[in-house]
Amino acid sequence: MNGEGITDVSGFPETPFEFDDGEGRAIEVREYDGEREALLSMYEEFDPGDRAQGIPPVRGDALERWLDGILEGVNTVAWDGNDAVGHATLVGDEGMDAHELAIFVAQSHQHAGVGSRLIRGVLSLAYDRGVRDVWLSVERWNRAAVRLYNGVGFEKTRREGFEIEMGTRLTV
Amino acid sequence: MKTVLGIGGTDDSIRALEHTLDRVAETGDELTVAVIENPDSTPAGDEVEERVEGIIEEYGVDADVVRLSGDPGSALVEFAESNGYDEIVLGGGETSAMGKIQVGRVAEFVLLNSHTSVKLVR
Repeated sequence: MNGEGITDVSGFPETPFEFDDGEGRAIEVREYDGEREALLSMYEEFDPGDRAQGIPPVRGDALERWLDGILEGVNTVAWDGNDAVGHATLVGDEGMDAHELAIFVAQSHQHAGVGSRLIRGVLSLAYDRGVRDVWLSVERWNRAAVRLYNGVGFEKTRREGFEIEMGTRLTV
Repeated sequence: MKTVLGIGGTDDSIRALEHTLDRVAETGDELTVAVIENPDSTPAGDEVEERVEGIIEEYGVDADVVRLSGDPGSALVEFAESNGYDEIVLGGGETSAMGKIQVGRVAEFVLLNSHTSVKLVR
């Protein structure tokens, strides 16, 4: 299929930053700084219907193990007061330069522009940390997600079974 | 129960084989392992077949091994249907570093086209 896209992060907001979401709520996006309990709460409440390709795992040990693994990567969290309402994460693949991206927004804060801010924030932070190649996979019927990723420069690189793979290279 | 397991050599397909051999050891089901040409798997057919024979021997259960040529999904569906199998077993997909499950194209084809029940092993 096509090659990966190009994402110029120079226009993206640098964390931490604040914005008013589509519902008028003040949201702050910050780099993850040990607020594990708040993230766990967000994922424990996560609508199972919004899970994608098996993540986040349903509550319990599997959820905690998964969270510990991804918190090793580059992580940004969207906050509404003391509540974590969104989380973007980049995880390096063993033996590969590319990082895998995933983004989650709590049901209460979807369709309000939180995801598009979060993704820009995490890509900008990732660039500062030396990340260049980013990829992700998305269920191919999830058009809203594909549009979001297209909007920040991702291009389809592969269609594999039920998923589409997309990739981009970060530049300034 | 008459089961056919499709295996192309990827890690998830090897796990599916081990899981199925455990089941067969308990139930005495009739098992055929079909080595397919998986475009996503690096090991070649002969190498996969050898590995499969070795694992079956390790588990000490009875299972036939066959080689299917051509498009792996359609070869497997046709083999299962024309030989009266009750169930097709496949690996349930690879998991990325992020933990996302990715179902391969052989599994997708079989799920959409098989009239025989399909089991994906996780």
